Amino acid sequence: MTTTASLNTRAVVTRNKTPQPRPRRTRGRATRITMGVLGWASSLILFFPVAYMVMKSFQTETVAASATPQFFFVPTFEHYVETFDQGIWPYALNSVIVTGVSTLIVIALALPAAWALSVRAIQNPQDSLFFFISTKMMPIAAGIIPIYVVATNLELLNTTQILIIMHLGMNLPLGIWMLRSFMQEIPLEIIEAAQVDGAGGWRIGWSVVLPLMRPGIASTALLCAVFSWNEYFFAANLTNSNSTLPLFLQKFLSFGELYTAQVAAVATIVSIPVVIAGWIAQKSLVRGLLFGAVK
Amino acid sequence: MATKTRSAITKPPLMPRAERWKRRGPLLPALVFTLLLTQIPFVFTLVFSTQRWLLLSGNDSEFRGVENYVAVVQDEVFWKSVGNTIVMTVGTTLACLVIGLLVAIFMNHSFPGRGIARTLAITPFFVMPVAVTLFWKSAMFDPSFGLFGFIARSLGLPPVSWLSEHPMAALIILLTWRFVPFAMLILVAGLQSAPQDQLEAAQMDGAGIWRRFTNVTLPHLRPFIELAALLLAMNLIQTFGEIAMLTAGGPAYGTTNITYYIYLKAFNAFDFGMASALGIVSLILTIALILPMLRLLSGIFRTEGRR
Repeated sequence: MTTTASLNTRAVVTRNKTPQPRPRRTRGRATRITMGVLGWASSLILFFPVAYMVMKSFQTETVAASATPQFFFVPTFEHYVETFDQGIWPYALNSVIVTGVSTLIVIALALPAAWALSVRAIQNPQDSLFFFISTKMMPIAAGIIPIYVVATNLELLNTTQILIIMHLGMNLPLGIWMLRSFMQEIPLEIIEAAQVDGAGGWRIGWSVVLPLMRPGIASTALLCAVFSWNEYFFAANLTNSNSTLPLFLQKFLSFGELYTAQVAAVATIVSIPVVIAGWIAQKSLVRGLLFGAVK
Repeated sequence: MATKTRSAITKPPLMPRAERWKRRGPLLPALVFTLLLTQIPFVFTLVFSTQRWLLLSGNDSEFRGVENYVAVVQDEVFWKSVGNTIVMTVGTTLACLVIGLLVAIFMNHSFPGRGIARTLAITPFFVMPVAVTLFWKSAMFDPSFGLFGFIARSLGLPPVSWLSEHPMAALIILLTWRFVPFAMLILVAGLQSAPQDQLEAAQMDGAGIWRRFTNVTLPHLRPFIELAALLLAMNLIQTFGEIAMLTAGGPAYGTTNITYYIYLKAFNAFDFGMASALGIVSLILTIALILPMLRLLSGIFRTEGRR
């Protein structure tokens, strides 16, 4: 067995099972305590900047800008109030539209594609799968100028439509790979049984496969939504006044001086939806981030 | 071989033409869309790269052959941006792998609240990059108001003005923080599938923790580490938002990578011809950097595809 083969088979085996009980005698009490402490310490270090950001968002600018970090202070909501006065709404609305619509279309296009690449497989599905993932490796900057020119000529510059199209291109390979890997897991017997009962392709897809795919569709959609929500390159190059939340943030750069607490408040607001989506999707996160190569 | 059985049920050995098209049908919308959106722009970039095309001059573009490529190769900033891209990508990838492996080892042990700890640890990967970068800029890196400055002063060290003195280090620190969770998740998946029987056998034979790790766990982890490295490099090579927000490529192009340089040429200097040539060169460089790793990935995915 090659190393690459073992990567997949082993990953499949362990992921499908509940975590195996570890042999107790291999680990002493001291090791377990040390690992627990180190585990929590590393987690808190990684999370600290996020917690620090949320904390600063409740400080006044004077407190936030003090040379010594203030951990005890009277919280203020002024920056949150101010954020909504500064015109975040159009950007937020655009973000919701771009994320929502592009994610919906990704799922709508990726589901049939995943079907053709797994259940009712075309010949050599690997070629198509490899093509899709290869598009993720090309530097996006190398294609941005023609896209800009075409968008200008079609009068799509500075619109949500162009962002939806670009996010679709960005997330479609991910969606196809992920949904396919979920579809591969549907037991053959179920599909076989439906075929024996005389169900056609449409019927199997709609009443057998789709209901089983719901959790997979949900986590694929959540992950695509996270990437779409956070996307900045296309937003910065193809839109300006009529754009998504990352470009609202960009406005704070032009102030010359940074307002730490204000930035922290905006950053917290815009991050809450994606962080929650990410937490919900975390179970199938590895599959998504690895394009379904490891389950 | 599961696919063999699957093929036997759903795929007769020789499909009639109509049946093959019927099966391809559901794939076509996604395939055609992706082809249009990703392949056509490259062809146009290639055409544009042979034009002299300055948007601000008001003149129409004209054919100039390889002039733009000559300009690219003779451009010092271009070479600097290539160097920066490599330093940033390789530095961050290595840092993420080392730290990610350590964290993954901790997280692979069961301890109270592990689920919560892991959830908190992956959060940096989700928060909006542009947003947290702006926050890091003032609240972490600033020498007088930032946390790093405070820590340095507390330790009696002179505060470092990260963004002007060590902009690349600052960028790598920020990117490492963002991408460690990504490496950790992949490596935890690898550790969880480590061969327990072999580990136990090694222990029976008297191998200590370190020997078991280097002789059993690490070889098992190798494909996971390679995969993590490839995916990290793929993401990091295209870094844009963090650079735009943190340093705007400066000071003195010190943190300009190829992606950001294309952006500067195209949308600040409006030199579409040169920017296109840069795009093509960056495409070639990316392929050259990623091709060896791509083979590996293709091997992994092809095995998976045949599962």
